[in-house]
Amino acid sequence: MSTAVADIHEVPAESRVNYLNASYGIKSWLFTTDHKRIALLYLASITFMFFIGGAAAVLMRIHLIEPQGALVQPETYNKLFSMHGVVMVFFFLVPSIPATLGNFLVPMMIGARDLAFPKLNLISWYIYITGAIFTLYAMISGGVDTGWTFYTPFSSLYSQTHVIATALGVFITGFSSILTGLNFIVTIHKMRAPGMTWFRLPLFIWAMYATSVIFILGTPVVAIAIFLVGLERIFHVGIFDPAVGGDPLLFQHLFWFYSHPAVYIMILPAMGVISELVTCFSKKRIFGYSIVAFSSMAIAIISFLVWGHHMFVTGQSVYAGLIFSALSFLVAIPSAIKVFNWTSTLYRGSISYEAPMLYALGFIGLFTMGGLTGLFLASLATDVHLNGTYFIVAHFHYIMVGGAVMGYLGGIHFWWPKITGRLYPDAWARFAALVVFVGFNLTFFPQFMLGYLGMPRRYAVYPDEFQVLNVMSSAGASILGVGYLIPLIYLVWSMRYGPAAGPNPWGARGLEWETPSPPPTENFEEIPVVTEEAYNYTGARQTAG
Amino acid sequence: MSGHIVPVKIYVAVFFSLLILTGLTTFAAYIDMGMTHIGHFTIDWNTVVALAIAVTKMLLVVLFFMHVKYSPGLTRLVVVAGFFWLAIMVALTLSDELTRGWEGHPKAWSTLLPFLHF
Amino acid sequence: MSEHSAQMVHGHSPALVHQFETEDQQREAGSLGMWLFLATEVMFFGGVFMAYIVYRALHLPDFIQGSHMLDVKFGAANTAVLICSSLTMALAIHAAQTGKSKSTIITYLILTMILGAAFLGIKFTFEWTSDWREGLVPGFHFTYGGPYASGVQLFFCFYFFMTGLHALHMITGLGLLTTLTVMASRGRFRAEYFAPLENSGLYWHFVDIVWIFLFPLLYLIGGRFGGGH
Repeated sequence: MSTAVADIHEVPAESRVNYLNASYGIKSWLFTTDHKRIALLYLASITFMFFIGGAAAVLMRIHLIEPQGALVQPETYNKLFSMHGVVMVFFFLVPSIPATLGNFLVPMMIGARDLAFPKLNLISWYIYITGAIFTLYAMISGGVDTGWTFYTPFSSLYSQTHVIATALGVFITGFSSILTGLNFIVTIHKMRAPGMTWFRLPLFIWAMYATSVIFILGTPVVAIAIFLVGLERIFHVGIFDPAVGGDPLLFQHLFWFYSHPAVYIMILPAMGVISELVTCFSKKRIFGYSIVAFSSMAIAIISFLVWGHHMFVTGQSVYAGLIFSALSFLVAIPSAIKVFNWTSTLYRGSISYEAPMLYALGFIGLFTMGGLTGLFLASLATDVHLNGTYFIVAHFHYIMVGGAVMGYLGGIHFWWPKITGRLYPDAWARFAALVVFVGFNLTFFPQFMLGYLGMPRRYAVYPDEFQVLNVMSSAGASILGVGYLIPLIYLVWSMRYGPAAGPNPWGARGLEWETPSPPPTENFEEIPVVTEEAYNYTGARQTAG
Repeated sequence: MSGHIVPVKIYVAVFFSLLILTGLTTFAAYIDMGMTHIGHFTIDWNTVVALAIAVTKMLLVVLFFMHVKYSPGLTRLVVVAGFFWLAIMVALTLSDELTRGWEGHPKAWSTLLPFLHF
Repeated sequence: MSEHSAQMVHGHSPALVHQFETEDQQREAGSLGMWLFLATEVMFFGGVFMAYIVYRALHLPDFIQGSHMLDVKFGAANTAVLICSSLTMALAIHAAQTGKSKSTIITYLILTMILGAAFLGIKFTFEWTSDWREGLVPGFHFTYGGPYASGVQLFFCFYFFMTGLHALHMITGLGLLTTLTVMASRGRFRAEYFAPLENSGLYWHFVDIVWIFLFPLLYLIGGRFGGGH
């Protein structure tokens, strides 16, 4: 097998048969069962949805330049933040890394030819598209104004917007996640190559496994929550109507039982990517492999115990609040442990600053800030002041954008040569990473201050004294938007004009780097036999651990 | 499951047990088993009996009809995880729904250490 | 290396799909996949069960009133019908496992389908239509004005939603059984390969278990010893 790899350098990508050119025509893509092609189908759809959600954000930030609103009516503003949330959470962040990088890499990293259920994989993409169509239809027909959280009784009884169409879109797309999670768990349990024991798996796989556990156990509950809102809206039977004995908070329990673990669906895969990037670009073994692996599982499990911290001020009993607050402090611990592990990996490593590494370093800093600000919110007393303000908005954007999106971009850049067989221009990539970092901080750091000073979220107008910070935030948003457009341009450019990439342009460790770029449809000529531990970076700087 | 064949007589025995338990739970509904009060909580024995019978029937189906008794540990883990997660959801939600009407507000440490007076 | 020559070399059956190395691996993966799907179903039904538990705790007299308006004999009969169908399903799998003829397998599958259809028949023609006649269908035709009216409406909302969701799963199960019967009639099952039967059996038994809980939770609330609590 090593001789085949050595030959590959001289052969241009186009003339070798790989998964991209093995068959042509739109039907070969729309009816494919190859996990790598399905990953690209997802990549295209998710990128599209990202820019839709981003457009809503741009409109919001333009509107907020003026204290009385510069662009739209308040009713429209409500629809903008609702659609931004729905699209970004359910159609971008939740599927982002699992459905693109996960689909592509899980079989390759464990030495398998495909996922356990390839046809189910394709079906999951069609389900995603169907859900997206319903939600986009709702957007075009006038949108929804309930917030992405669909709180009752507003969503079930009073809202005059397209709640059902949007909710149906989210309901349907949920099944796409469930099937992806199911596929990953079975694949990781049953299809590892000989010698690939659990503790030799790349940490990205541990992260995908933990994420899949959340997919399986959490998603069905939000499906039922949405279903009940739909029933209430159509039949007015009092499920969430206090006037006839219903409890609006019951919806919140069902909703957040999924939606809190959902935020870990968004961050765990990014953490998995970071483990891969940090080791490769410090040329060093991960510090504390089993601790990082166990922390991923601990995050997934504990994440299900904390959902009430979203309900401290909505009427939940203060006794339940006590329990949820204590448990919320607990969930911070495994995340913090991982940050220490990554930093220790960097220490005395042979560090290089290619674009993926810049995204990884940005992640570590920004995720830490986002995570620390979560502690203010886990504490009941301070949450009373900060809930419903821009502090919350800043907190979750630090984690979801500063964390998850940067992890996603870092991963896309890292595995791009493997996926496409092409190299992108690293100078532009580094520049874009810096633009994203600057734009991001300028957008969201002022929002911490705004929130602390008391500016409420989801409001179309604000007091004059908050204008300076709002203008800073909007300026940052425009820089951030540019930062996201630059990679779109050079990555698409590289697919046609980028130099051919060898099987392992980064000198990384892992089974996916031992196949040609792009890989053949069957992934491996022969199923590899694994004899080494993960991250076997040898060199003068390697230390035990 | 990988080749283990459950004899028909076990299936039939489970079948008759399930029918008997169904009859039992129906019959028990017509008997007043009373209630016991413990502080805030009330135990309704009819419900306890009905649920106990339902759980027993479920275990019979899961262990024998669904072959979990003869299945690898991973299968059992998935079964247990599903029910355990449901229990978490119910328990923590009830910790809110059932305590909303409770009197008084917890005052920091005195909630956890009621024997200390601040 | 073509798939055909690979089969000849390794002696794989044509039922082995390309991403798996052995039939054992394929069978174990299929079984684990079905169990994981059932775990999602536990949480799916569990969400409704949780809503039910909360409202029963908060509005017990209303739920008792509502429950007393259901006919226990139909609920009990349906429970028995489903238990019989679980037996016939288990016997269908047993027949395949022990290499019985395909007509034996088909007989048990058809018996299971008849019992499943009987369940739906009893539910729709005896219970739901009389509920409709009595004006107990929230959102469509709810005319009950007696004691605890709004809570009783909530109870019947849960009754129809839970039994309706269950019935939807039963209908899906009947669809699965039809497919299995067709496969069996084509001789697809034998002692070495009956995974679709086994995995569909798991699904069918799960739907039975849901009903095992629905019966006491909907029909037997507050006991039937007259006067309630």
